[in-house]
Amino acid sequence: MYVAVKGGEAAIRNAHRLLADRRRGDRSVPALRLDQIVEQLGLGVDRVMSEGSLYDRELAALAIVQARGDLIEAIFLVRAYRTTLPRFGYTRPIDTAAMLAERRVSATYKDLPGGQVLGPTFDYTHRLLDPELATGAEVAQPDRREDADAEPMPRVSDILGHEGLIEADGPLPAGHVTGDITREPMEFPMDRDTRLQALSRGDEGFLLALAYSTQRGYARSHPFVGEVRIGEVELELDVPELDFPVTLGRIRVTECQMVNQFKGSAKAPPQFTRGYGLVFGQSERKAMAMSLCDRALRASELGEDITAAAQDEEFVISHSDNVQATGFVEHLKLPHYVDFQAELDLVRRMRAEHEAKSADETHREAAE
Amino acid sequence: MRRGQEREPNAARKAAMAAFAQASRDQLRELIQAAGLSTEAKPLRGPETGLVTVRGRIGGGGASFNTGEATVTRATVQLPSGQVGHAYALGRDKEKVRLAAILDATWCAEETRATVEDKIVAPLQRLQAEADARRRAEAAATKVDFFTMVRGED
Repeated sequence: MYVAVKGGEAAIRNAHRLLADRRRGDRSVPALRLDQIVEQLGLGVDRVMSEGSLYDRELAALAIVQARGDLIEAIFLVRAYRTTLPRFGYTRPIDTAAMLAERRVSATYKDLPGGQVLGPTFDYTHRLLDPELATGAEVAQPDRREDADAEPMPRVSDILGHEGLIEADGPLPAGHVTGDITREPMEFPMDRDTRLQALSRGDEGFLLALAYSTQRGYARSHPFVGEVRIGEVELELDVPELDFPVTLGRIRVTECQMVNQFKGSAKAPPQFTRGYGLVFGQSERKAMAMSLCDRALRASELGEDITAAAQDEEFVISHSDNVQATGFVEHLKLPHYVDFQAELDLVRRMRAEHEAKSADETHREAAE
Repeated sequence: MRRGQEREPNAARKAAMAAFAQASRDQLRELIQAAGLSTEAKPLRGPETGLVTVRGRIGGGGASFNTGEATVTRATVQLPSGQVGHAYALGRDKEKVRLAAILDATWCAEETRATVEDKIVAPLQRLQAEADARRRAEAAATKVDFFTMVRGED
């Protein structure tokens, strides 16, 4: 017999009202404006855009406020919003060599064209809390170097490519149709393009932990940061009403070119192989972790033994999405009264059988 | 066709549309007012907001892959003269994109093109180039100048 139980409407209504109150907090403290979040919590906004897989700063800021700063909840809100909009098309692939770069560093070449540009980085800070920030002290304007000629910044992979000791940018067979996990259900084995789409919106913490595991020896890949660059790239879209690609504007992205020593295999000669990371906004940690995971996941393509979690495509890709992960983990707190009653009944019966059996055995032993 | 090598006058129209797309609503409004241009137009489509899927290339130059979505707003308008204009821009600002579509239509009409070029496109491109130059100079100030320590062995 299945009995449906209703109830809790008033409790839910009041819980949401309480949530709204707690979200607002002390009314004597001014409410946050979205532009304050966009401007001053920009990297949190970037994370929500990257894992929410939607580039829109104001929406990400709104999601952060609505989620009380819970970024995974904010990512969930953004993902839900995305589904309400029609899709106009696919942009032309962005050209990261033409990026208006704010930061660009290479750990493999000291003197590369375009130079080492540190940009707005936390690197080399002492990680000491700054009490002046708490008092709202004014911040100095950044220095400028006006004489700098706009030297082009070729991708480091193009520089290394000349000797033939590094593999090419990842080509896929002619006629390959770019995979899209938002349109077709995921299938394994997966092509590298589809995997990169999943990794680009994957959970930063999960990818970071897997990337770390490869450094600690689980699928060691001898990585070097060929290059990390952060900056703005132009988006162009082909539309039927115009016979030229229309410029939509610019977005900020972070790109990581990981270069990995490779001793060769039956499938490929000794050379440097590569992992690639590309994420929305400014997030070096995520782009680097993504590139390490991308490289580890190319194990079967390069004829390497699959021995570690980071190389297991189905394991990595199936668990990288934090909206799916939080949905399944958190659903456990929702009412499971009937399931639990059924299990309770089952355990009671098993316990009774177990006790009857042991009583039986004790009896027999005593008799013997 | 490679980027930036489209034939004239497509290249000029593309550059003008890019300038509108990257401007703010207030910038467009103020420049239109200052130029004395009419914003009377009939909407043919939108303004409407949707998504585009942003594509990257594996390794920067390899096969394309989908990176994620971005919000885009588009509009098509018709001026009283019958001239049609289009606009696309990142974000969800419908009024900005409506104004951009009106400017595109006004640009497409031969008799008003020079006005749009001089009073709207040129000032916007100047502002955008200045902003880019400032950003470049700020980044350039963080460029590392390596020097070698003299070890005094000879």
